Amino acid sequence: MLAEALFFSAVLFTIGVFGVLIRRNAIIVFMCVELMLNAVNLTFVAFAQAYGAAGQVFVFFVMTVAAAEAAVGLAIIIALFRHRQTVNLQNINLLKG
Amino acid sequence: MAHGTLPLLYTFHFYLFGLIAIVSAILFVTRRSPVAAALWLVNTMFSLAALYVLLDAQFIGAIQVLVYAGAIMVVFLFVIMLLNLGRAEATTDVRGLGWKLIGGAVALGLIAQLFALTRSKTALALTLPQGYAAQQVAQTGAVAPIAGPLFNEYLLAFEGDEHSLARRRRRRGVAGKTARR
Repeated sequence: MLAEALFFSAVLFTIGVFGVLIRRNAIIVFMCVELMLNAVNLTFVAFAQAYGAAGQVFVFFVMTVAAAEAAVGLAIIIALFRHRQTVNLQNINLLKG
Repeated sequence: MAHGTLPLLYTFHFYLFGLIAIVSAILFVTRRSPVAAALWLVNTMFSLAALYVLLDAQFIGAIQVLVYAGAIMVVFLFVIMLLNLGRAEATTDVRGLGWKLIGGAVALGLIAQLFALTRSKTALALTLPQGYAAQQVAQTGAVAPIAGPLFNEYLLAFEGDEHSLARRRRRRGVAGKTARR
């Protein structure tokens, strides 16, 4: 089942990248990043079945980092919304000069 | 999940949950309302948890439901509702045709690369015998194969993770207090 799991993982990761590229809503872009993390987790679990349980330990770490990242990232989005009254990335162009 | 017993049923469910995950992910990316998108993402995560169980990672499957679908996505829904973004906006936030073409090209290139990577062969000496993971789970339970390396080889990383999580929780508590004032 390794090849199938890698196939599903690759497709999910690609959907995540596509979503990051075509959406402008900051929260949905952020959720696409979560989808990419999940796709990588699937790869880790599939490899853990074939090459030893250390892969599952890495999934554990990825989940911890994802939880911390969600807390920090969503706090940034809330701060941005209070500043600009929008989460549309098109209107957030402070760095454009 | 044993490969030997009912292999056809196993394969059927593997493909079923994989397809559910991919279809929900596509629906997630294309929904306009953030709440609908979040719920489709939850659906993807549930079917990924089912895939983990099928791949002999029962503990990771449980953690996936508890942490990802239960905690992280709830934080996302909180923020969507706090910022009052639940309704789809009048103008769509999907980018124009140019960006879609660029996104499609990048996606095609990426998926070609990933498929090329899955074709690569690894040394046979690294590969565990067929059904080894299921055997290990049957002997020691689902948690022990993870807990062993976690508290021996990866103890330092584990403590670092724990520290960062505790710090985040403290910060959150402080932020809540200042907001209430």
